[in-house]
Amino acid sequence: MSTTATTAPRTAPLATRRRWRLKPGWLVLNSNVLLTFLFLYAPIVILVIFSFNASRQQAVWVGFTVEWYEQMMRDERVIAAAKNSLIIALVSTAVSTVIGTLTALALDRFRFRAKTAFEGAMYLPIIVPEIVMAISLLVFFNTTFNLLDRWLGLTLKFGLGTITIAHIAFSFPFVAVVVRARLADFDRTLEQAAQDLGANEWQTFRYVTLPLLMPGILAGALLAFTLSIDDFVITFFNAGIGATTLPLEIYGRIRRGITPEVNALSAVLLLASIALVLGSALLQRRR
Amino acid sequence: MALAEGVETQPQPPASLAARLTDWARRRTGIKLSLVLGPGAFWLLVFFLIPLGVVLAYSFASRGAYGQVIWRLTLENYTRFFDWLYIRVFLVSVWIALLTTVICLVIGYPFAFVMARVPRRWRNALLVLVMVPFWTNFLVRTYAIMLLLRNEGLINSALRWLGVIEQPITMLFTTFAVVLGLVYGYLPFMILPLYASIEKFDFTLVEAAQDLGASTWQVFTRVLLPLTMPGVVAGSILVFIPSVGAFVTPDLLGGGKVVMIGNLIQQQFLTVRHWPFGSAVSFVLMAVVLVSTMAYFRVGGERRV
Repeated sequence: MSTTATTAPRTAPLATRRRWRLKPGWLVLNSNVLLTFLFLYAPIVILVIFSFNASRQQAVWVGFTVEWYEQMMRDERVIAAAKNSLIIALVSTAVSTVIGTLTALALDRFRFRAKTAFEGAMYLPIIVPEIVMAISLLVFFNTTFNLLDRWLGLTLKFGLGTITIAHIAFSFPFVAVVVRARLADFDRTLEQAAQDLGANEWQTFRYVTLPLLMPGILAGALLAFTLSIDDFVITFFNAGIGATTLPLEIYGRIRRGITPEVNALSAVLLLASIALVLGSALLQRRR
Repeated sequence: MALAEGVETQPQPPASLAARLTDWARRRTGIKLSLVLGPGAFWLLVFFLIPLGVVLAYSFASRGAYGQVIWRLTLENYTRFFDWLYIRVFLVSVWIALLTTVICLVIGYPFAFVMARVPRRWRNALLVLVMVPFWTNFLVRTYAIMLLLRNEGLINSALRWLGVIEQPITMLFTTFAVVLGLVYGYLPFMILPLYASIEKFDFTLVEAAQDLGASTWQVFTRVLLPLTMPGVVAGSILVFIPSVGAFVTPDLLGGGKVVMIGNLIQQQFLTVRHWPFGSAVSFVLMAVVLVSTMAYFRVGGERRV
């Protein structure tokens, strides 16, 4: 192995680097990359392709059709589910964006007792298994509703409200994390300059801080929207009877059997979340 | 939440007017802080921490004949978990999660290595390509795997068409399907921290080791791997945690034949309606997750969200 080393002293690091790079191992490494990308993309690409397949059996390609998409658009259950999904996503995004941004500001701009504890608690919804969060909200809502019914005669039910509250609970920490990342490289001298020029605290916030934070806030909002639209587990446990969202509708249909309409619906949801995420990534990159 | 002085307040000499002014300023920061922090703290407390507390309380209660909760302090839900039936579910979950983690590591490490070594302008493109499927709907992705694996799916049809098999191979509703689905779902969680730590690695150390006569294998096991250990640990934790608590994947790809902790919890809450036992199982799952997270910080990984 070190015969070359004894005969000719290596001086050029370039040569050694090339030796390291030209190992036959690189063939294996590169094919690993290609195969991994194939593994990551093939299933979803195949799903989208077969959502245009004219055959009900799906395993073989028969011909191109948009029939399943048309059927899906005419399906009242799908439309109702889509409407619910949008309402929940819009409301929970609005609320969690405000709460998340405020929380990020509090963590960045203020010192307070139990700050570390608060931060730790804020990351918990990100770490705790989804199913545990789902059942804890189910138990909580159920217990609260029972108590309200017994004490005040107030009857509350699971539905869009409980789903929205749950979605806010898991998405606002994500917004806070994204906005806080932007606050971390925030140039505080701009705020000082505004105040030197006579702006009061609110004006400084409204005309300097907020516009500068906007890309981060928008990225956080898009993230919250995506999380809400895509969520299945927490929604599943907190929907009650009657309130369906798109993922719940898809799940219900998968359980009943695989049909081309489900493929079409899944493809739509898939492309929607890809678009949302790319949008969020672009926003975050813009300075 | 506890509030105290904000950053702006400075200690003042005890002149009475100045003292009153500081006091006023402090109260004002207090009000501002409570306005800024309040909503988040409220939501976190009421819709996250209290619910968890309620579940913890339920896990020590017992179940009445009709599924109602009886408030009598007991440990029977936790002792019941030691029944072989449930221990098996626990072991299966941990085994599946470990298998998923190891497979992700074996695929992810070389992947991240290549990503960290390609020219800089390619890296971001590769990064986005890894992230995109990860951010698409998890349920839909699981369904996509289902479409491929089922008896009438593309893989079986292709194999039959090629004449390799006559009868379809049963792949759906097996441990294999569940592990495949989990690897598919969480591989990016492994790749990203690995990439972050390999990218920081100083590759002149490789040359140094080679100059000292190390073989490629030695360079890998004695230099590269130890120095990128934080990435390995972070990636493993990030894959292990959601895998061990998975619900959708074993539900759809395991089809009731592969039961993991997540399915057991769902069963106890929605089918059997034994909420106290379901709560206890949830806290066992939480304990597994917290212990592995703590192990991660102990090994010295970095804080990364």
